[in-house]
Order: sequence, then C-alpha cells, then structure tokens
Amino acid sequence: MKTKVVLKLGDDISTDAIYPGRFMATVLPTETPQYAFIDYKEFNTKLISKQIPANSVIVADNNFGCGSSREQAASTLKGWELIIVAKNYARIFLQNSCNLGLRTIICPIIEAKENDELEIKVTEIINLTSGKKFAIEPLPKARQDIIDAGGLIAYTRKKLLEKATVH
Amino acid sequence: MGKTIVEKILAKATGQASVKVGDVVEPAVDVAMSHENGALVINQFLDVYKGTGLKPNVWDPSKIAIIFDHRVPAESAKTATNQKKIREFVAAQGIEKFHDIRGDEGGICHQILPENGYIRPGNIVVGTDSHTTSHGALGAFSFGIGATEMASVWTLGTVLNVEVPGTIKVVVNGELPKLVSPKDIILHLIGKLSAQGANFKVIEFHGDTIRKMSTSGRLTLCNMSVEAGATSGIVPPDSETERYLREEAGVKDKLDMIVPDGDAKYEQVIEIDASKLAPQIACPHTVDNVKSVDKIGEVKVNQIVIGSCTNGRIDDIEIAATILKGRKVAQDTRMLIFPASWKIYKEAMAKGYLLDLINAGATIMNPGCGCCLGVHQGALGDKEVSLSTTNRNFKGRQGNPNADVYLCSPAVAAASAITGIISDPRKGVN
Repeated sequence: MKTKVVLKLGDDISTDAIYPGRFMATVLPTETPQYAFIDYKEFNTKLISKQIPANSVIVADNNFGCGSSREQAASTLKGWELIIVAKNYARIFLQNSCNLGLRTIICPIIEAKENDELEIKVTEIINLTSGKKFAIEPLPKARQDIIDAGGLIAYTRKKLLEKATVH
Repeated sequence: MGKTIVEKILAKATGQASVKVGDVVEPAVDVAMSHENGALVINQFLDVYKGTGLKPNVWDPSKIAIIFDHRVPAESAKTATNQKKIREFVAAQGIEKFHDIRGDEGGICHQILPENGYIRPGNIVVGTDSHTTSHGALGAFSFGIGATEMASVWTLGTVLNVEVPGTIKVVVNGELPKLVSPKDIILHLIGKLSAQGANFKVIEFHGDTIRKMSTSGRLTLCNMSVEAGATSGIVPPDSETERYLREEAGVKDKLDMIVPDGDAKYEQVIEIDASKLAPQIACPHTVDNVKSVDKIGEVKVNQIVIGSCTNGRIDDIEIAATILKGRKVAQDTRMLIFPASWKIYKEAMAKGYLLDLINAGATIMNPGCGCCLGVHQGALGDKEVSLSTTNRNFKGRQGNPNADVYLCSPAVAAASAITGIISDPRKGVN
C-alpha cells in the first residue's frame, strides 16, 4: 500500500495529547473522531475538513499512547482510518488499538518526515521519498489473534457462542 | 527455577501448575472495576451480544465494581446522562460493588477498592483505568485495560490473551529522611527508568523500606508504576498487608498470601537507597522529567493540588495540615484539597485537619478525581503553573495545554503553598 506521512511526532505522545481528558464525557466511537489531536490545531482542522484521506500515516518515536487507558484515544484515530507507525507503543494503547482495529505498526528504526511517501508492505516499510527501507516488527501474537478475528468484540462473541454451545 | 509473584498469581488464575514469561494465558478475574467510562463498556458489552440470540447478562455481578469518581458531581448533561445509564444497568444486572456520588460510600475508585476490602492478595484485578496498578499494593496482579476489553471480561469472566509479563525487581533499603515520602521514591524511580522503561513489565517492590511502609505508601508506589510504563506494580503481601485488610478494610476470610520465590528470575534489578533521597519534582511535560527539589530554581506556583488516587489519603492530608496549621497559603496562590474518599474526608474532619487547612486558606473539594485529568474543579489559566500531588503532568493534563503542571509529594505541596514558589519542606518555611 502506498500512502503519505501526515504527522510526525516524537517520544511519549500521551493519550492526553491524542484525546484530551476534557472531552472524555464523549465515549461513543461514532462521536470521538472530532476531538482527535485537538490541541494540535492545524492537524485537527485538516482532519475535520476532510483534507486527510483514509490510510494516511502518523509516524511517532517511542512510547506512543502512554498514559491513560482511555479507549477514545484509539477510537478517535480509528474513526479517521489513520495508520500509526511508531518505534514502540504503551501497552494499553496498543491493546485498545488492536481491539478496535486501529492499524498500529511497530517499526523500531523508522525514519520519516511529514509529507514523505511510504510504501507499507507486510514485513517492511519503504520510504519512497528517502529510498530507505525499515523492517516491521510483528505485533505480539496474543494481539494478532484478536486482529485476525476482526477485533475484540467479534473475538469475544465467538468465544461466547462456543461457551453457550458447550453448556 | 523460581517464579515471580505475577507468574505464581497467573498460574493460580489459569489453573496451571506454572506459567512462564511470554506464555499467553486467559486468567479468571476476581475484580473488574470501571468508573464513568462504564457507559462505554455497556455499549461495547451490548455489541458483543448483538445477533447472538443470547440475553446480555454479565458473568458475575458480585465481581464487578463501578465507582463514580472522574466527574463528580456531574460537570455536564452528557456526564449526568452517562451516570444515569450506568445506574440503570447496575440495577438491572444486580452489580454489587457500586459506589454512587454519596458521602456514605463514595470516593476515588483506587481508594474505594482497597478501603472496602474488595482486593485480596493473589487476586486478578482489572480496571478501565490505567492507575489500576494501585492494587498491587495488596499483592494482587492488577492492571489497566480498555473499555472493549472490559466488555469482554464482563462477558466471559476472563481476560483474553494476556502475555505473562517479565518483572523488574526494585529493592528499596534505608530509612526515608524526614519529610521525604513514598512519592519521592516512585518519582525518583520513574526518572531513573524513564516513561517507557518498564513497558509491558511488572515492577515488584522489595527491601526494608517497603516492608516498613504503610499500605498507603505502597498504594502510591504501585499507583504510579504505570508512569514508567509498567503493566503493574506489586508488593509481596506481608504482615502490614494483613493488618490493613483486617483492621482497616474489615476483611474476615482467609487470605492467600502468594509471594515470589527467593530465586525468581528478574529481567532487571534496581536498588534504591531511600536514606539518600531528597524530595523529587516531576517537571513539565513528562512524568520522567524528574529533578530534586533543590535543582528546580525559583518556580512561582498559581495552584497547589493535594489529593487524587496517588496522594489523597489521611497521612497525606495530615502532613499538609501539620505544615499549614497556623500558617497562610500565599496570597497569589490557591490551594485545593481532594480527599481520596469520603471515609478519609470524615477522618480528616474529625481530626481537625480540614479546619486547619481551611483556616490557612485552602479550599476543600469533594472526593473525586477533580482537576487531575482536566475535566472540572480547578482548571488552569493560560501560562499558569500547578504544583500537584497527582500522577500526570502531560501537556493539557489539568485542562489547559498552555499551562504547566509539576508533580510532588504532599509535604512539598504544603511547604510551597506557604511560599507560593516550589519549596523544600526540609528547610522549614518562614
């Protein structure tokens, strides 16, 4: 898949940056996208005005999604169908993303700037602008199973029905 | 090969003889806690049942806890409606551990759970709140999850696909100097580990200092373990754990005191000499940006906050009242006190601490998360500075991305309230 970097961020981007606590009364995945990165005014404005196409990429350094367990941080980005490429993630954010189907890619050596063109393959990312290639680290297997099932709701539903049949 | 405490708890919770780091397991849950975000959990829970033809009933209403604390009393119609929806669900499902906005039962979830004897050593505890790490203070494996994952727990009674985490052993020895507290230990540790140093790992606390520490202090340590990225913090249970559960939480039944093996395998061992610690400050805008109070320089403070799940217990309020009794909060500084529960509020009232603080100029708020996460009750103005005993200082955390939040112990907060600048409580205040 060929796509473009629409935002480049550093280390320790917290869930308060992705989805500030003052909007946490809004919970439904259908309502959260409007507040994505709202304190990054320029980026939020581009999202709201639909200037950012689906499958655009946010590139970040280490510990993306640290802090609160708020699932809004994942649903707000999923709502815009963004792809996150980070060197690594905070645990709860990564789990929430996999549970909701937000595409999170672990790429420990990624180098990219805003507006760089990327080609995302299964095992590597090619930065078409710089010509460099970066290996993708697989998600933890425990997470991949949930993604493969179509998210945690579907995975749980399947387990529930299995249980109901046994009893 | 010996086992860490979390390997032993997960083996028990999955009915296996043993588990090891990296295994993927499905532990049975003893306590599943949510707060106002229970509204989202309900939404996701009902979604799981959609199209199954099955009646959506939670797996065990006696094991689900819901505590209103993040926005109490409701700050908006939206929150009030979410709270109403949760009350109706609680009644319909018969959820037993429900704490509403009431003086006779309410407070912050991470205080209500231990205080009411809901947490036992060896338990598996999950909560839709990252500071669920707190309950490791009582020897439980306790960690934060998202709302959809909680909906899965409500359905099945287990947490799906848990990878057994590796463990970092932190050994704290030596006597804490006067006016240096558990908060300073954990801030120092986070500074040392960094905000991601313990990602996907558990921090197990050992050493003389921990053994002599009250459960209140242990709650502070485990609470903030997540700020180093840890899945959980945990203190192996001991006589203090038993004392707290029997005397303060009213627990009568037999306790399963699971402790780690002496030859357990740790990924890293960190030693801290508590006797050499100075009061610590986490500077804006990350919790791992930690400095000793004497390295801060002159920082003027507009708002002082004492409270939260991290430092809103009786010993925290006591130290603040002791320092502020007969003194005054600086003219240009405002001070907010949020006791962690109404039980603590009442005790602080009976002991005269609240009166001392009010006379000094502090405002006593109702128990709850208050301004910690920037929802209501004490937002900051542009370019204002908050000095807070809470747990996070990310940009925008206390409601304004154009303000600064510093984190500290209750003693530093109280001493700084008098001077209006970040101050070292050990120096006395004139």
